[in-house]
Amino acid sequence: MESKPRLLTIIDAVSVTLLVVATGMVFFYAPMEAVMGQVQRVFYFHVAAGWVGMLGFLVAAVAGIVYLRTGRRNWDTIGLSAVEIGMVFAFINIVTGSIWARPIWNTWWTWDPRLTTATIMELIYAAYLMLRQGLEDPDRRARFGAVYAIVGFISVPLTFFSARLFRTIHPVVIGSNQPGAEGAFDMTPKMLQTFLFSLLTFSFIFVSLLWHRVRLGRLAEKVEQIKLKVAA
Amino acid sequence: MTQDLSIPETTTVRGESALGAFLRAMWAVVWKDLAAEMRSRELLSAMLVFALLVILIFNFALELDAKTRSTVTSGVLWVTFTFAGTLGLNRSMAIEKDRGCLDGLLLAPVDRAAIYFGKVLGNLIFMLVVEMIVLPVYSLLYNTNLFHPGLLLVILLGSVGYVVVGTLLASMAVQTRTRDVLLPILLFPVVIPLVIAAVKGSAGFLQALEIPEIMPWLNLLIVYDVIFTAVAFMVFDYVVEE
Repeated sequence: MESKPRLLTIIDAVSVTLLVVATGMVFFYAPMEAVMGQVQRVFYFHVAAGWVGMLGFLVAAVAGIVYLRTGRRNWDTIGLSAVEIGMVFAFINIVTGSIWARPIWNTWWTWDPRLTTATIMELIYAAYLMLRQGLEDPDRRARFGAVYAIVGFISVPLTFFSARLFRTIHPVVIGSNQPGAEGAFDMTPKMLQTFLFSLLTFSFIFVSLLWHRVRLGRLAEKVEQIKLKVAA
Repeated sequence: MTQDLSIPETTTVRGESALGAFLRAMWAVVWKDLAAEMRSRELLSAMLVFALLVILIFNFALELDAKTRSTVTSGVLWVTFTFAGTLGLNRSMAIEKDRGCLDGLLLAPVDRAAIYFGKVLGNLIFMLVVEMIVLPVYSLLYNTNLFHPGLLLVILLGSVGYVVVGTLLASMAVQTRTRDVLLPILLFPVVIPLVIAAVKGSAGFLQALEIPEIMPWLNLLIVYDVIFTAVAFMVFDYVVEE
């Protein structure tokens, strides 16, 4: 078995350090938002988790395209790993959003376009995992997974636009707000720094997790091959 | 049927254009599906009876009185079409798989995309037939006039997108262990934008809204159809490859 690469160890250490610093920044460096109070602090990790979720699904779609073109199994492992990580972070995004929405919107859940899209996205990738589970032939599993990752990812923006044609109340912190958005605020420089730092932190965490998961996937493949050899 | 499948080969010998050969191969697949359906009638009858049952259930589930009807008709119609469509798509691909027909099709010296579009067209015809029967029945049962050219356009656009994605995903679903339950799970989250647009578009025409208010939904339907036709065209090869 290949030993753990030096670079991965460094990325692990950097991720943990960044996470500690980012948590500190969220609670002690960033000023308290005047209207919403403490609960606004969930925003930094909320958006960062959403960003990693989207990044995971994007990586899965790209890995799908590359797999279909090259047929190299490695890309299939990357695609599956990215989907799994993306699902976890998209879920964190939804949960933290609910925590924020309870006091601000006075409800845990509302059928806002972003919330709707996030839910449907989770369902798409749950279907992706179920599709893979129903297939034994690893080659076919990889091909079908790649196709569905591409089709699913393309449908996400369309879902968002179709849901957006219904009016939205979700605030747009970056860029212009639609009239009627509730819970909007402008970021002070310190807030912006904390926000960008959280994004950086979560990106590092994503890279570290993805790498670990791909290594695990390769090991699982090896075990499968050895099992076949023993059985034969 | 074997005669029909061999047509594309002879046409290339005669030196016809590639497009001509493509269309002939596609038509052969459509014709095969229609002929098989004319003889067995199992797919259409199943879809149709199922669609009517769904409407019947909605009648009790929603208390479709005159007031409710005006707002929920388009929703009821699209839920019915979506569910009946899944039934048809599953069956249409399962037949190919079970009787080894798909392998025969793949052995034919034609472009795989022609086979895909042949299946799409066949499924589209079945779906439109069911819709054209459900519409008058619904009009009759609930005493509302559904024959609005705009509504028919929305139904056509919606069905095209549904069948384009559905045929692709059904050909994947039938090759899995959990085939019968998997198709709706794969298909529904991906067609949600289409269903939203179709429901809102249909409701717009039924409530006689201004065209500029309905246009965004029609545009969305067209965009969906174009994007997914292109994507399915590109990836179908990988789905049937052995």
